[in-house]
Amino acid sequence: MNKTSELFSGELSVLNVGLRMFHDDLAAQGVDVTSVDWTPPGGGRLEVVAALSALEEPAVRERIERANALAVERIVSSRPVLVGFAPALEAIPGMTRETILHAGPPISYERMSGTMRGSVTGALVFEGLAADVEEADRVARSGAIRFAPCHEHDAVGSMAGVTSASMYVHVVENQTYGNRAYTNLSEQVAKNLRMGANDASVIERLRWMRDVLGPALAEAVEIGGPVDLRLLLSQALHMGDEAHNRNIAGTTLLFQALAPGLLQTRFSVAEKKEIFDFVASSDYFSGPTWMAMAKAALDAAHGIEDSTVVTTMCRNGVEFGIRVAGLPGNTWFTGPAQKVVGPMLAGYKPEDSGLDIGDSAITETYGVGGFAMAAAPAIVALVGGTVEDARASTEEMAAITVAENPNVTVPGLDFRGVPTGIDVRKVVETGVLPVINTAIAHKHPGVGMIGAGITHPPMEAFTSALTALATRLT
Amino acid sequence: MTTRVAVRANTYVDSVTLMAVSTRANELDGVTEAFVAMATEMNKRVLADLGLGAPALEAAGPGDLMLVVTVADGTDADATLAAVEALLERRRPERDEQARAPRTLDAAVAAVPEANLAVVAVNGAYAAREARKALERDLHVLLFSDNVPVAEEVALKRLAHERGLLMMGPDCGTAIINGVALCFGNAVRRGAIGIVAASGTGAQEVSVRIHDFGGGVSQLIGTGGRDLSAEVGGVMMIDGLRALAADPATEVIVLVSKPPAPEVEEAVLAEVARAGKPVVVCFLGGSEAAVEKAGAVFASGTKPAALQAVLLAGADESALDLHALNWPLIEKVRGKLGDEQRYVRGLFCGGTLCDEAMYAALATYDDVWSNVGQDPRRRIGALEPSRGHTFLDFGDDELTDGRPHPMIDPTLRNARIVAEAADPEVGVIALDFILGYGAHPDPVGVTLPAITEAKRIAAEAGRHLEILGYVLGTDLDQPAYADQVRALEAAGVTIASSSTNTGLLAREFVAKEAGR
Repeated sequence: MNKTSELFSGELSVLNVGLRMFHDDLAAQGVDVTSVDWTPPGGGRLEVVAALSALEEPAVRERIERANALAVERIVSSRPVLVGFAPALEAIPGMTRETILHAGPPISYERMSGTMRGSVTGALVFEGLAADVEEADRVARSGAIRFAPCHEHDAVGSMAGVTSASMYVHVVENQTYGNRAYTNLSEQVAKNLRMGANDASVIERLRWMRDVLGPALAEAVEIGGPVDLRLLLSQALHMGDEAHNRNIAGTTLLFQALAPGLLQTRFSVAEKKEIFDFVASSDYFSGPTWMAMAKAALDAAHGIEDSTVVTTMCRNGVEFGIRVAGLPGNTWFTGPAQKVVGPMLAGYKPEDSGLDIGDSAITETYGVGGFAMAAAPAIVALVGGTVEDARASTEEMAAITVAENPNVTVPGLDFRGVPTGIDVRKVVETGVLPVINTAIAHKHPGVGMIGAGITHPPMEAFTSALTALATRLT
Repeated sequence: MTTRVAVRANTYVDSVTLMAVSTRANELDGVTEAFVAMATEMNKRVLADLGLGAPALEAAGPGDLMLVVTVADGTDADATLAAVEALLERRRPERDEQARAPRTLDAAVAAVPEANLAVVAVNGAYAAREARKALERDLHVLLFSDNVPVAEEVALKRLAHERGLLMMGPDCGTAIINGVALCFGNAVRRGAIGIVAASGTGAQEVSVRIHDFGGGVSQLIGTGGRDLSAEVGGVMMIDGLRALAADPATEVIVLVSKPPAPEVEEAVLAEVARAGKPVVVCFLGGSEAAVEKAGAVFASGTKPAALQAVLLAGADESALDLHALNWPLIEKVRGKLGDEQRYVRGLFCGGTLCDEAMYAALATYDDVWSNVGQDPRRRIGALEPSRGHTFLDFGDDELTDGRPHPMIDPTLRNARIVAEAADPEVGVIALDFILGYGAHPDPVGVTLPAITEAKRIAAEAGRHLEILGYVLGTDLDQPAYADQVRALEAAGVTIASSSTNTGLLAREFVAKEAGR
């Protein structure tokens, strides 16, 4: 039977794209009708629509679908394991004493935001490359320092993401694919280097982290053995974390795994107590850990030819940058960093806020953070919504992703997997931007964290990536 | 006067909703001009032409929504702008509905795998892409949008043909599939007569006449207005004809169109000859000989087409009310018109209704002008003053670019009704009122003030002005056909019983020599 006679002899079931009145007319006639919540693709820009159409040619589309399935398979099947802690100089490929890694896409010191410059100058003082922040500013401008994105060194960095040679970093190994990812340690308090603060208390804490915390954690893992991070992450989501702005469960789980090894290290009881107190001082302790975990999984999908899956979202406080699996290497697509909207710490106002900053959006790229809001009803107030809004937020992200991650699930959504594999095509077509949970740093150097909230990437990062994909794939 | 401008970035509202909002915004107290529209180049140009351009509007793109309000002195402009914005607030979808509303056609297909047809009614610049996606997912398509480039139409129809799918439209937004009216359509009985039509209101009229003669419709396939052009080649009409030939529920087939391009007519008639079922061909203004050579039944108009079809389907002619021309009425109207009232002014929402009335006039008169006629020497712009017998199709592309179809919003025609009333040479104004799905909920009600005003103008000048109205609809349609007719009659409007009779009556009312 051909398709027309099937239509004439079967039940009509209509998809309605466009005018709502036709939906109502069909419903009034008792017909099964579903309306598409349609919006002009690519913001209505015809050159973007042309790029989308080029990628919809059946042969091209088939290649993309295959590649995206592979990319998501790699993300989902990655098993990132915490295998140790080590100084950045030893662990991170290409790291030197004069290298400063930073969050987001590439940027020169001169163009960095106040937050990031505060962080860089503090790190130069910490490394002994300058006596004080004034001298550090001159050193940073002198050309003697090499600046590079963390992402271009298999690493990620929270907020300013500034990582220097002697800072201890997590070493996370993707046991499925063999690649490694790195990120430095949480400084816990609000007034910290990653938020642009750089006074003596900040530098002093960094030294303690270098001399006590880092070595102790390294020894703890040597004694206690590797820690399966994906397992802990999925447990943390079941306990109400979304692993970006809420980490109370994840921190407890991670430290529970590290504590037995830590107790057996050569450090004194007083030092161990300092470490216990430090971890207990902020729920954020495991925040960077999940970032490195996500980075390890996403790097395994980067470089898959023909894939339109996003493997990196990050911000340097000036620009938001993304990388896409099918556009290998360090091909960045950027747009202006956006404002973060959310509650402020007492005494600060929205106009004090720096723009969106940090590599932490790697968690959303993986499918947690803002994408897993439905798992974290405790913090919906933080992002200004209701529990229902949190559920809707996660469900909306399903519209722009390729699949759900069966290994990381959300109890409140009947254990559906987190939305995974952001598809550039879907973002551009639907106009739905990824939602990112994040912290707010003060716009000036030297202050630190002043709030938390949600933000979105700029659409142009996705439209320019789409145009590049259309050129490359057709 | 004060003007306020606002842009809502990345906010899409469909054109019909925007029309409703604009209409209500212009009714707000103190508003001299309100404009709510997507920031397309065309809309921005319109605003600039009105002297309402602003830098914020220039920077906006086609995915952004513009709100522009000009208020009279003494009116709070900010409060008015806020009031206009409030008009945009839509009912928040029910939670379930919101969760289920897919954002893309692909997502919709995934959510409703049993879907078998897509209705596409988005801006013409994006419509072909949505239609292509639907065809690639094995959905039949009714593409309602107009302003789709002809090359895109050809590509879509080839794709549909290869995949064995119906690709109905663009720009002839009607179909009845399995008894369900899609887009513009009327509630008609199901039956044994299948219709393939390249004209939307022609298809509606034939289906309504069939219903009125007691017959019923198996399927109605609207092919799109350009289907029988040389470029498109009649792909959909031929495929539609084959589909109906193969359909066991269809006993008689009716084709409705303007005359096709000659080579296309040949191809279509060749297919007619192979149909194996009786076929009635109504190519308005076309030739009888070619049709009969193909073994089909020629119909000169929509009503004869419907009549032939019901007779072929087995109706008993002696039992039918044929609605013969009412000659006593014609004589009576002639007696009321002055000597100089020589002309018909046909103001139509339906293209085929306009065509049919125009062809009726052409059969008798030379001085016939139209914005849609085939003779370029007798073309007149729809916004130009009328000349001689003038027939205007307010649904022509020229008038719907950036405006809703007059079947949805007949504002433009209302102004013209009043204008024609002032012309002492006008004897009759002919009007159509199209009921049914997709159309204005009360087409008569929205036109009555203009009719009353026209009658008043003529009466003040000491003339009788005949207004002839035709209501296209069935007893099953909403609003009720009988109520619409009653309201027209109460306003002194003479009622025609069909599109065909509308043309004949209008022509005869103004005939000055008996027996013409």
